[in-house]
Amino acid sequence: MPQIVVRNLRKTFQVAERDPGVWGAVKGLARRRYRTVTALDGVSFDLETGELVGYIGPNGAGKSTTVKALAGILVPDSGQCDVLGRTPWKDRQAHVQQIGVVFGQRTQLWWDLPVIESFDLLRDIYRVPKKRYAGVRDELIALLNLEPLLDTPVRQLSLGQRMRCDLAAALIHAPAILFLDEPTIGLDAVSKLAIRKFIQRLNRERGVTVILTTHDMDDIEALCSRVILIGRGQILSDGTLEDLRTSVTRERWLIIDLVNENEPVEDSFATVVRRDENRVVLSFDPASISTAELISRITARNAVRDLFVQNPPIEEIMAHLYGRARL
Amino acid sequence: MVSPVIGGRGAAFRPYLSILGARFRVLLQYRAAAVAGFGTQLFWGLIRMMIFTGFYASTTRAQPMSLPQVITYVWLGQALFAMLPWSLDAEIRAMIRSGAVAYELVRPLDLYSWWYCRCLAARVAPTLLRSLPLFCVAGIFFGLQAPPSWSSGIAWFAATVGSLLVGCAFSNLMNISLLWTITGDGISRLVPTLVFALSGMLLPLPLFPNWAQRILAFIPFRDMVDLPFRLYVGQIPAVEAGSVLAQQIAWTLILMFFGRWLLARGLSRLVVQGG
Repeated sequence: MPQIVVRNLRKTFQVAERDPGVWGAVKGLARRRYRTVTALDGVSFDLETGELVGYIGPNGAGKSTTVKALAGILVPDSGQCDVLGRTPWKDRQAHVQQIGVVFGQRTQLWWDLPVIESFDLLRDIYRVPKKRYAGVRDELIALLNLEPLLDTPVRQLSLGQRMRCDLAAALIHAPAILFLDEPTIGLDAVSKLAIRKFIQRLNRERGVTVILTTHDMDDIEALCSRVILIGRGQILSDGTLEDLRTSVTRERWLIIDLVNENEPVEDSFATVVRRDENRVVLSFDPASISTAELISRITARNAVRDLFVQNPPIEEIMAHLYGRARL
Repeated sequence: MVSPVIGGRGAAFRPYLSILGARFRVLLQYRAAAVAGFGTQLFWGLIRMMIFTGFYASTTRAQPMSLPQVITYVWLGQALFAMLPWSLDAEIRAMIRSGAVAYELVRPLDLYSWWYCRCLAARVAPTLLRSLPLFCVAGIFFGLQAPPSWSSGIAWFAATVGSLLVGCAFSNLMNISLLWTITGDGISRLVPTLVFALSGMLLPLPLFPNWAQRILAFIPFRDMVDLPFRLYVGQIPAVEAGSVLAQQIAWTLILMFFGRWLLARGLSRLVVQGG
């Protein structure tokens, strides 16, 4: 039986609206107008133990609403949800003992306390036995390299340091499921890599189920074997990243560095995507011409210093996909 | 899967005690606030003392409290000022504004008790810091008298604990109201005025006219200041401490019951915005 079962989840919000300007504000005093926004419109999926799933979609698609319902913070209008045999919002206290949550834009650490004291507090809040706590804590400190940060008050940490501490804080009670809501938002490249590496180890070595929402497609590419795409409150696709890619486009890119500047590059099987000085980016469909053949045709006509083939960046795929779904 | 681990006896209270301790340590860091608070309380205490001295000098009618009793009452109020439920919990307010309140809901805790503990810590820590120096200075220089008997002193202490319980049940209501108002600006302007006027902080309640006394007896504010202070000065005999405590506990339970109901309603409509 799957660890997480979501069936037909629905949630609408009432959003107060008013006309712009002073007159609009005055009118709003007398009569409030409400607009109904459908955040979740029949969302269903299953997750098995130990999966690492990317949950993606444009802003306002319903990602966070789903995570909040699964975490027991938000009560949906209708639909079922079963996490480890419990309905999150009905049995909140027992449910949250089994899950860890990181909201990337907020911290769960105590602003004025040194990091280690926040960990100690969480130990008490989750009633973790002291012996087991010492083991878990030391391991998290080693894996996330937190030793130099432990005595620093949280308000003095950089964003990357804080996020590493926040990840550790979410795992003090050794949850079976981890929800990560944009964990790499605003981080520099080094911090992002450290966090990705950690998430990967956690998933592979501990078998922790991870649900990751993000706008960073590198996160998805590096981590997720399965990607669920949501838009306007509905699930649009559910499968591997490769499936998602090919469902959008099969095209590949050939990137060529020429010896001579501004030399024209033309081929009937390829189109020029971009061109700056020596560099030309061609897109082609591998079904109509093989990569090897295209390369030999071009090198026959142009003096080429270097060339390589790649998939179109995942961002372009997503933009395409979001556009196609008219999100 | 690992079942929730409950470690040993007393584990049920462990989170609550732990947060109490942590908040305590944080609040004790704010020494500058304590010094400033001490200065302010001393200043206002002196002004109020002068007003009452002038008032008593210009009247010949018998008053329900003697001047030394009133002066002691005033200084008690200044010393224990930080215990009054007149402000919102800054941390809860910030969390509700920023949406970090979502983290409060992923804790395996009863949210009402959790926030009640925050209130307790927020009231007790600054009171401990500020009251002792004020007791000393007012006792030596400005006419704060010791209670007339040991039993009055003990009765006052018990009623002070009672007033803390009522006060925190009341401040928790204020915190819960943030789920609706978000900013709490209205609450934090309106409530202090109400609390100061109706609890006895502004004017000892026995000096209010008779018609007002009847109303004051039916609202919880006198349990926070007036009743314990009158026990201290002996204006209420120590033998009546039992009925004061009973009244304080009754109000605590009523306010807690209402607070829990309000919190449950607030949470069911709570929408934590944004990603």
